[in-house]
Amino acid sequence: MNLKDDAPVLNHSVPVRHPWRWFSAAVIILVVLVFASTFFTNPKYGWDIVGKYMLDTRVVQGVGWTLFLTVTSMALAIVLAIILAIMRQSDNPVLRWTAWFWVWFFRGTPVYTQLIFWGLVTVLFPLISVGFNGQELIHIVVTDPTKGLVPAILGLGLNESAYLAEIFRAGLKSVDKGQNEAAQALGMSNGKIMWRIILPQAMRIIVPPTGNETIGMLKTTSLVLAVPYTLDLTFVTNALANRLYTPIPFLIIAAFWYLLVTSILMVGQFYIEKHYGKGVDGGAPQVMNPDALKAQMAGLGAPKMSGQ
Amino acid sequence: MTEDNKPLVRIEGLHKYYGHHHVLKGIDMTVKKGEVAVVIGPSGSGKSTMLRCVNLMETISAGRIHVGDALIGHREINGKLHDLHTKEIAAQRRNIGMVFQKFNLFPHMTALENVIEAPVQVKGQNKNEAKNRAHELLKMVGLGDKTQHYPSQLSGGQQQRVAIARALAMEPEVMLFDEPTSALDPELVGDVLNVMKDLARSGMTMIVVTHEIGFAREVGDTLTFMDGGVVVESGDPRAIIADPQHARTREFLSRVL
Repeated sequence: MNLKDDAPVLNHSVPVRHPWRWFSAAVIILVVLVFASTFFTNPKYGWDIVGKYMLDTRVVQGVGWTLFLTVTSMALAIVLAIILAIMRQSDNPVLRWTAWFWVWFFRGTPVYTQLIFWGLVTVLFPLISVGFNGQELIHIVVTDPTKGLVPAILGLGLNESAYLAEIFRAGLKSVDKGQNEAAQALGMSNGKIMWRIILPQAMRIIVPPTGNETIGMLKTTSLVLAVPYTLDLTFVTNALANRLYTPIPFLIIAAFWYLLVTSILMVGQFYIEKHYGKGVDGGAPQVMNPDALKAQMAGLGAPKMSGQ
Repeated sequence: MTEDNKPLVRIEGLHKYYGHHHVLKGIDMTVKKGEVAVVIGPSGSGKSTMLRCVNLMETISAGRIHVGDALIGHREINGKLHDLHTKEIAAQRRNIGMVFQKFNLFPHMTALENVIEAPVQVKGQNKNEAKNRAHELLKMVGLGDKTQHYPSQLSGGQQQRVAIARALAMEPEVMLFDEPTSALDPELVGDVLNVMKDLARSGMTMIVVTHEIGFAREVGDTLTFMDGGVVVESGDPRAIIADPQHARTREFLSRVL
């Protein structure tokens, strides 16, 4: 601010020029403009239909069901994955091998096939009957009043659990061995050590790929027609497109909604990552020393103070 | 007063194997209540392994360790040893504080949260009481103004002092220190040693594995020199440091002093 007389003379050197940056930018802008111009000249985009059906009740409900499928099947998968990852680390060989087999099976068969299977469970097991000595004790007729919703969630969730289990396993392994020792030395039980010490730290590693999987799941829900489940966004927009013989506007509608939901999920992921990064990433709440505090008071904004 | 002379920690005939590697070859050691036992020795001598056996961070291959009335890791029925359940081992460990070479603070918790974690989660202590006690302990180790800092915002020496406070919060009968200053920058060693000296003078029973001969001389009640998995020499620290009786002790001391 108040430079003294003997302040250094700044170099003001000439920066390196980058002509190719300008050239590549020009090429890309040109290509984009040419493509965008077809939006106005090509009637097959059917913008009038896009506008008319974008907020159609069936479409919006389809978005809702797609979201519901994504959230519930991911929730199921996360619960199973935590259990599987802990089983994989267990001292008990039976649990270890069970978890290994689960991952092998559900990762090794196509999700489409699994979805068809879950849709056929009522055919495979129409009746569950448990008896003893000729006496029937339990008699359950297997039905699916949810019209494919439960089989779809099971199919998507169980398949995903196999992938998430590997992500969780990697996360648990990433936590330093000393953390377990320190917690053990304090007399904490294994359960407490897992939930309070290991998992919160593992989450830092687990959250980014799990966010990736969640976005993947949003789009995998489009396979639930295999069950068959018919209320999700892809099925609904396809059905409308077939009825009106105009596939392209409905693809645009579906793409728009998928992108919107993906963007919202990304925002959620950002905050979850911030939460689990505390103390490790830059996410640690800034603890201010008195000088920095004074400086900030003099400047803009209220300082974020933590502490006594 | 006779109570005070009864050994609090008794290590008898302790052996440790890693596979075929024989790391500890029959260690005997006793530490009385309120005593500071310093253990020195070259790296690979087994001194850390010995210490880690006391709270069962390492399994015991042969021999017995008593802390107070507890037989560590085992139950003896008709002369036969039975392994304790994980929960019983955890209960034994609550009475034994440990400070690690690499601090091992919980990085996702503030200094204060690190200190109250075990009292609240393990002992079921009231959170506010635990916090008050944690403030006292952190003040005692010279970090009364750092309670809300995360470990990543503290220097190594400060982290180690939080780790000492964390172990003390469980009010253990004995504290184990596993080379507590070995991972510190030289200028930070003094602060940690001062806290340990205060603790020693306050009457805490301590087993300290270290390279700090000065610490042994100043506050140590006994000094044990280990090499090759055996105790070579033990006794009064000042006597041993001034006049070691064994060639190996002499050689080791000449290199570290």
